[in-house]
Amino acid sequence: MKVLSKVAALCALTVLAACSSNDPSNWGNGGPGGSGGAGGPGAAGSVNDPKSPAYFQQAIGDRVLFAVDQSTLSPQAQTTLQGQAAWLAANPDYTATIEGHADEQGTREYNLALGARRANAAREYLISQGVAGNRLKTVSFGKERPIEVCSTEACYTKNRRAVTVLTAGLTG
Amino acid sequence: MKRLLTSLFLGLALIAAPALAQNQPLRIIIDEGVIEPLPYAVPDFVPDTPAAAEYAANLSRVIASDLSGTGLFREIGKEAYISQVTSFDAPVQFADWKAINAQALITGAVSVSGQRLTVRFRVWDVFAGTELGNGLQFAGTTDGWRRMAHKVADQVYGRITGEGPYFDSRVVFVSESGPKNDRKKRLAIMDYDGANLQYLTDSSSIVLAPRFSPTGDRVLYTSYEGGFPRIHVLDVGRVERRVLQSQEGTMSFSPRFSPDGRTVLYSVSQGGNTDLHSMDIASGQTRQLTEAPSIETAPSYAPDGSRIVFESDRSGSPQLYIMPAGGGEAERISFGQGRYGTPVWSPRGDLIAFTKQNKGRFHIGVMRTDGSEERLLTASFLDEGPTWAPNGRVIMFTRESQGAEGRASLYSVDITGRNLRPVRTPDGASDPSWSPLLD
Repeated sequence: MKVLSKVAALCALTVLAACSSNDPSNWGNGGPGGSGGAGGPGAAGSVNDPKSPAYFQQAIGDRVLFAVDQSTLSPQAQTTLQGQAAWLAANPDYTATIEGHADEQGTREYNLALGARRANAAREYLISQGVAGNRLKTVSFGKERPIEVCSTEACYTKNRRAVTVLTAGLTG
Repeated sequence: MKRLLTSLFLGLALIAAPALAQNQPLRIIIDEGVIEPLPYAVPDFVPDTPAAAEYAANLSRVIASDLSGTGLFREIGKEAYISQVTSFDAPVQFADWKAINAQALITGAVSVSGQRLTVRFRVWDVFAGTELGNGLQFAGTTDGWRRMAHKVADQVYGRITGEGPYFDSRVVFVSESGPKNDRKKRLAIMDYDGANLQYLTDSSSIVLAPRFSPTGDRVLYTSYEGGFPRIHVLDVGRVERRVLQSQEGTMSFSPRFSPDGRTVLYSVSQGGNTDLHSMDIASGQTRQLTEAPSIETAPSYAPDGSRIVFESDRSGSPQLYIMPAGGGEAERISFGQGRYGTPVWSPRGDLIAFTKQNKGRFHIGVMRTDGSEERLLTASFLDEGPTWAPNGRVIMFTRESQGAEGRASLYSVDITGRNLRPVRTPDGASDPSWSPLLD
């Protein structure tokens, strides 16, 4: 995690464009307090191994994006979540925490509540696709953990997200 | 004379005794008129002993910083002085102070005995040639010399403006460092003017929005310690903290004390929905105050504890509502353009401060408790989270600059929108909460 933070910091300090890539391999892992930050590859395993968290994160896509002030899932988001649900069905040893995030337009409190709505929208959809509810926790980081740091819509659109962060281990 | 009358004409902004009747005291009336700061002099206090000399000079400096910092007073520099004050009890040479147009004069004396510091002071209405109020004496420890300066300044401010004191107070806030996408946050506390800064937590977990108790002895805040936001209560004196109980699978945030300090009002997110709850701190007994599919957050009690103002998007966008403290029917009070949030009831009870977002800009504003007389005090890329000075006359808030290098810092502004100024902190700073006046 420490190394990841440094990568993220360097990324923020150097050329922004290079960090704004849509390449999912640039998307970091979440983890408590870390939360889907920009940075190096976070998930374990090879992206070519369909049973690996890296495959979940990068090949399926670990996040869905939202419109301004909205928590409804776009068709594209639903497709991503269907992939996530299928992966979770095939890999029952994993649980997940869905992290809801908001862009910086809005007060801290409102954005926490908005992030909770987004995380829950993703969770409800995964449940509708057959994932057991007790495998899915949610948490909101509001506007506390943007992955993109500019103050324009180009960044905001990536910050309004719900990220499904895997945890290895049986369900409690 | 001419200037005084002009000020009067512009809105009763500044009244000095000689312009009116001899027995009308020196007075600044804070309203929305154009105000010219009242010139005053505060010569170094007279040290009773050589050991007191440094304190004497420092006290005068802090008093001047407090008074001039309000924007209502203007210090006359020592280089302009005609006479020096070398004895606290000697008669004041009013003519010398008149000649440099010092309308108010503050004189004082300081003595030190071991760790004990004693400060005496008098306030003079120079043009009337009289003392304003009575001389007073404060005693304390040498360590607490800044507080004694604040107490003197509070007296001067109160006697001339008729408003309540606020300099002898503290601010708890979130100290921020690190890049925008990996910001480190920890709680810190400082005097209202930024002095005596102390950190209360480390930065291992995200901490948000600390709130003082009505007596200033405790602070509520939200922490991600454990991975999920939960409300903690911290004993400021002992720097001990404990987490308030919460239900598994929920998030708790946006806490605020009731005026009696016994109840916490806060938001709970469960299943994606956020409602207001209250908890009796001693028993841990909770009560759900709202039950709606919309977001209800950022609650704040009226000073008498009877009502709650909060933010809700039940109408489709975030707006301000007031309901009885125990829950019940809520009345919307914000009707202007834009989105309203983080309402905070003034300690005087007369106004509600809020954050407003409109056309891509953020504002700090105030309105009456019925929503009338909305007034925006600031405008920037991102202003949010107002907190009231103990006297209900000044507001502190977070201002964040935009872009990758964006940084949060604290600002204060008075309720007429004048005197916008930064509050200096060593690192980034957000989410201020102003304490009550210290004892």
